[in-house]
Amino acid sequence: MQIPAIVTILFEIRIKSFEIRKHRNWEAGIFEDGKVRITMTIKLTRSLTQIITMISLKVNKKPYEVDADPNMPLLWVIRDIIGLTGTKFGCGVAQCGACVVHLNGEAVRSCVTKLSRAEHQDITTIEGLSNDNDHPLQVAWNEANVPQCGYCHSGQLMSAAVLLREKPKPTDQDIDDAMAGNICRCGTYLRIRQAIHMAAELQQKKGGAK
Amino acid sequence: MKVQKNSSSSLKPFKSVIVMAIILCTAGIMAFAFNTGRDPKINMPVTVGMKKDSVASVKAFAAVYKVLMSPRCLNCHPAGDVPFQGDDSHLHTMFPKRGIDGKGVLAMKCANCHQPENTPGLHTPPGNPNWHLPPADMKMVFEGKSPRQLARQMVDPNQNGHKNMQQLIEHADDGLVLSGWNMGEGRIKPPLTHAAFKKAWITWITTGAYAPKK
Repeated sequence: MQIPAIVTILFEIRIKSFEIRKHRNWEAGIFEDGKVRITMTIKLTRSLTQIITMISLKVNKKPYEVDADPNMPLLWVIRDIIGLTGTKFGCGVAQCGACVVHLNGEAVRSCVTKLSRAEHQDITTIEGLSNDNDHPLQVAWNEANVPQCGYCHSGQLMSAAVLLREKPKPTDQDIDDAMAGNICRCGTYLRIRQAIHMAAELQQKKGGAK
Repeated sequence: MKVQKNSSSSLKPFKSVIVMAIILCTAGIMAFAFNTGRDPKINMPVTVGMKKDSVASVKAFAAVYKVLMSPRCLNCHPAGDVPFQGDDSHLHTMFPKRGIDGKGVLAMKCANCHQPENTPGLHTPPGNPNWHLPPADMKMVFEGKSPRQLARQMVDPNQNGHKNMQQLIEHADDGLVLSGWNMGEGRIKPPLTHAAFKKAWITWITTGAYAPKK
């Protein structure tokens, strides 16, 4: 249910003389009973229902109550409201993959995912991929010295994590199929491929997918 | 008692007339209630093949074919496993693959980018809650099909998603089909309106679903 976004507040002040003025947002006048009334109209950018409704979501197993527009991209909520800045803003139109996070385990692009879609859902960001940076992918990434500038790599890792969960021993073709949506300007693709193979082995040694 | 008996028997024919009238009125009101806001012609129960007319059927399919081969329909009915994109039906960037259920693979599932609704702005992913390609075991290919091939494919339950004629008619109102007419900013619409397409679609089926010669 939507409550109208315009709220009118009526003030009543007892003053004998008052200059009648009109302003963009308010107007005042002396009425027949001698009272001065000031009417203010405040335009709110959001409807009242949105203001009073907090949106709950779980990020990295921690519950959050967020006061934000349900249409706000999840990426903005994660970075600007919750303060987890590991996830990066790249293109803003789901073309590059820098903003990939897990929504119930799927590698969604948070720049086009509305907050409303994430309500009451489980979100995992790069900060929550492991407790001590010990996810096989993170270990392999360090080992193979994969990043150059590093900007795209939180997205790369989050996509690769879904790949390894669904294909614990991926082929080169599987890696291409899963990672084709994550662009790297520095061209670290070969090292990404190498590290994913390495992580698959580490994961197998550790015993099963995370 | 006698008088009462006489009067009730004299009312008998009237009673049944009144009862019939009430039943008819109720049925009328119910029929009206179920049809509100819809085009009564299109929602009439259809007896498939009611009046076979090959000329009208083939003519209607020509209009249907134009829509099916427009980018909004064709782009998700490719011959390969990668969908098309854009008004020029180029291969989808990033090469997302169909997958078994038509909803993508691994970290490249359709819904990772395609949200339940259109994302605002140009060059952003269009959306639908049920965004997908046809599944791998029944690809329902439109790409490269002649009108005759496509018409025959449409009515073959082994190639059309196991749909009978009635289900085919209903498919014109499927959410994903409808979204072809609401595909976000900067994308051309199919060449007919949805109402005109639906009319041609139903005409084609109800006049016998004839396939064109070529």
